[in-house]
Amino acid sequence: MELINKMLKGDKRACARLISIVENDEKESEKLIKKIYKYTGNAHIIGITGPPGAGKSTLTDKYVKLLRKSNYKVGVIAVDPTSPYTGGAILGDRIRMNDLALDPGVFIRSMGTRGYLGGLAKATRNAVKILDAYGCDYIIIETVGVGQSEVDIVKAADTVVLVMVPGLGDDIQSIKAGIMEIGDLFVVNKSDLFGAQRTATEINMMLDMSPKTDRRPPVVMVTANQNKNIEQMEQEIQKHYQYLVDNGLLEERRKKNIKRELLELVEEELKKLVIRETENNGELDLMTESLFNKETDPFTLRDVLLSRIK
Amino acid sequence: MDKPIRVLVAKPGLDGHDRGAKMIARALRDAGMEVIYTGLRQTPEQIVAAAIQEDVDIIGMSILSGAHNHLFPKVIGLLKEQDAEDIMVIAGGVIPEDDIPALKEAGVAAIFTPGALTTEIVQFIRDNVKR
Repeated sequence: MELINKMLKGDKRACARLISIVENDEKESEKLIKKIYKYTGNAHIIGITGPPGAGKSTLTDKYVKLLRKSNYKVGVIAVDPTSPYTGGAILGDRIRMNDLALDPGVFIRSMGTRGYLGGLAKATRNAVKILDAYGCDYIIIETVGVGQSEVDIVKAADTVVLVMVPGLGDDIQSIKAGIMEIGDLFVVNKSDLFGAQRTATEINMMLDMSPKTDRRPPVVMVTANQNKNIEQMEQEIQKHYQYLVDNGLLEERRKKNIKRELLELVEEELKKLVIRETENNGELDLMTESLFNKETDPFTLRDVLLSRIK
Repeated sequence: MDKPIRVLVAKPGLDGHDRGAKMIARALRDAGMEVIYTGLRQTPEQIVAAAIQEDVDIIGMSILSGAHNHLFPKVIGLLKEQDAEDIMVIAGGVIPEDDIPALKEAGVAAIFTPGALTTEIVQFIRDNVKR
């Protein structure tokens, strides 16, 4: 594909077009990823996640500006929710990053979740591959504003930055399972606000309760809209990356994610094969009927269906 | 897969009134489009750069300050310079009747002035976006 060559040479328009392809066209997307896969794996992928309004976009903006001082090429994928009713979306993360639009070393793309629930869009991982092949040194994935259990970002990032803000709840929130477990780094943003110190203390207490490992995630207090302490956050991100590299964990983490992605692809394809196999004669509906009438059970029918796929 | 229409909504220039732009953004969202909302005080250069990175089908701009005769053609010129004239441009705001023919001549596909219905705008976009 002509577009791929252009993208590999650094053409922004081509890069943007290719991301649209992975978002919109499954067939073409497959061909495309097959061609570029060998160019991926070079970028440090950083996930920025946290509740709505925590300041993820503002923090991303400031962080990208810091990375740009060292002349790194940076890609940003900013995910916002798609309406489950209309399929429409307001993708508003760019508002905080407008000054970056003209920087030739920065590429920002907004994505709607399009029905995906884990905090990312279905095509996010493939979009990351394109930005990786495009030559980004850093790729930042900003998730949708998350609640407690949207943890897909761990499947896509090398380093997960969990952004918290003061005033979201008591210390029980910080010991719940889910989102609080995935941070490689905790950032308390809006630390000029009342209660920020307390929020940091609660996170620290939660971390001290965790089983002992080689590395305890640090907690950094920042005020993104005043550009305060972003350097400290950057140092902690670098330290985490170094820790992964020094302990062979980067490879381990990436392999785990690659395996997971492969299995997901197989799962998806199997489902499609089963649907294709049964859609013509309405067999799936007949099976549903017999399940409803308790004539058989779902595990038996699963085996029947799987045995028919070669 | 159903491919949603992608629209960049921007407010070029210096006026700070974005209620109209937000209304339109919301209406387009409700019509099933992906709206990249970039907010106030955008330069034409920023708008075009964002439109290219976001690979949008169409740019919608709103101006209430009177600078439309300068800013709209500037955006269209920049799109041409960057080989992106396939991205359609529509505009809204307080635009005097007399200015409309020249703006259309410059390449603005449609201009919606106060009183326009959001349904008209949605329909126009659906009918005219090529891809």
